[in-house]
Amino acid sequence: MMEFLEMGGYARYVWSSYAIVLVAIVLNIVWARRALKRAQAEARRRVTMRDAA
Amino acid sequence: MAWTWFHRLASPPYVYALAARLTPWFAWPAALLIVAGLYGGLVVAPPDYQQGEGYRILYVHVPSAWMSLMVYTTMAVAAGIGLIWRMKVAHAVAASCAALGATFTFCALVTGSLWGAPMWGTYWEWDPRLTFELVLLFQFLGYMGLRAAIEDVQRADRVSAVLAVVGIVNVPIIHYSVEWWNSLHQTASVMKLSKPSMPPEMLIPLLMTGLGFTLLFGALLLVRLRAEVLSRERAASWIREAVAGEAVRA
Repeated sequence: MMEFLEMGGYARYVWSSYAIVLVAIVLNIVWARRALKRAQAEARRRVTMRDAA
Repeated sequence: MAWTWFHRLASPPYVYALAARLTPWFAWPAALLIVAGLYGGLVVAPPDYQQGEGYRILYVHVPSAWMSLMVYTTMAVAAGIGLIWRMKVAHAVAASCAALGATFTFCALVTGSLWGAPMWGTYWEWDPRLTFELVLLFQFLGYMGLRAAIEDVQRADRVSAVLAVVGIVNVPIIHYSVEWWNSLHQTASVMKLSKPSMPPEMLIPLLMTGLGFTLLFGALLLVRLRAEVLSRERAASWIREAVAGEAVRA
């Protein structure tokens, strides 16, 4: 296990690369979902406002 | 040959519903392929005869770089379709690409830098491949900045589309840069006409993460496209149905 984590002495480079890419993937998923949730909330507000008018 | 499919793709309510239906078909295979591919790359693939374990950065670097070019190409083609056929949905696709492209171009640059440090002895070199990839990052950021600076959506669509279409020249430059110039960066190992120069136990995890990233891009694009389409439709009555359906689910 330790040997695997050490990556033949390249641990620093290998694991930070993987960490950065995984963070980028997670952030993109969060951002995309948040954009959709916001657009839906905004659309719902427009519809309710028009119904009230 | 009927062109109805093309006309249907120009219809925001159809695209909104279609994107919602398609998203899981991209997202789940993407998750499986990325997890399996990274496991294969980290655990199953043998160490490289020159770079030892250090080469395993390949499995995140190459898919990120491949994705940066694919996202830009998608963005430019969608922008071009939007310009030629004045298709709102195509402009929405282009606008949805930019942030995704910027983050994966950033990933390709940073992981490349972290790979270069131990292997080339430098984090950065003004090498053609690296320099043009950095230019690509600025193209994505410039596109986003330009859109953000123009209030009127239709004008933002047209102006940014011109920028996106013109900028596509950089995509073949990046791809062929390692052949056209003497570069520190190695030449293609997979995307070439002859057989890939990698044993299958190294190549298969790479193809899995590559396909996984492609599908991930598809899934993220579909979610962003729905947000983009919804926010562009001010008056359309279909929005009432769309959000009414979602109110229950949310």
